[in-house]
Amino acid sequence: MSIQLGSILDKQAQGLYLHARKAEFLAANIANAETPGYKARDIDFRSALRAVSEERMTKTDPRHFSVNGGGASGDVYYRKPVQASINGNTVDMPVEQAAYAENAVRYQINLSFVDGTVKGLMLAIRGD
Amino acid sequence: MSLSGVMRVSGSALAAHTVWLDTVASNLANSEVVSGSAEDVYRSRQPVFATMMKSFGAIDGAAGVKVERVVEAGPPGRKEYAPSHSLADKDGYIYHSNVNAVEEMSNMIAASRAYQNSVEAMNTAKQLLIQTLSLGR
Repeated sequence: MSIQLGSILDKQAQGLYLHARKAEFLAANIANAETPGYKARDIDFRSALRAVSEERMTKTDPRHFSVNGGGASGDVYYRKPVQASINGNTVDMPVEQAAYAENAVRYQINLSFVDGTVKGLMLAIRGD
Repeated sequence: MSLSGVMRVSGSALAAHTVWLDTVASNLANSEVVSGSAEDVYRSRQPVFATMMKSFGAIDGAAGVKVERVVEAGPPGRKEYAPSHSLADKDGYIYHSNVNAVEEMSNMIAASRAYQNSVEAMNTAKQLLIQTLSLGR
């Protein structure tokens, strides 16, 4: 039982970590909105989460290609600009703001799940 | 923890955009300055932003922004024939600064908007951090 709860907590914590990391990249995009030549970046959440939640293929040779993305830290990719700016900056501010807000909400959702797990554990320990 | 990374990145943006607002204020304050020679007259100052790619360690990490340098930009200012002016050169010309007040006003709006965006990002990150700290309570 304790192992199950531990693994649930572990995955939830991984989710929190990924959301926090994604927030960092989105904040960097917002911070560099006026920087000439800056290319907006983001984390491919799907591949990151798959890497966390699924069984991974192991690399037995350094020349093998990675098939499951960049691991728990997630694949960083460059945004495709909707409309390219003349100074080479690809930050689309409304897109970034929306993504940041959505990410914050998802972080809170994840946090409430962790909170529930922790409270459940506490209830099981105390038993009152 | 990456949420403190948000603070770091957004903080660098606040610093950079403050420099931008400073140069706007400086340009607006000196927009009516005249001088007796084309070299000495005040010229519009503009910050050059650059991404701090290396300062935060790994290349795939999120990067902040910094002001790489402040350049004196723009075409030469207006030359005016005013022989009675106390600063006029031997040919009777005075030289105006090349500050474009309209351009500076729009720069000011852009800088303050960028500043606000980073402040909002920091605020959200702060709330998330506080909620995380009160986990299980």
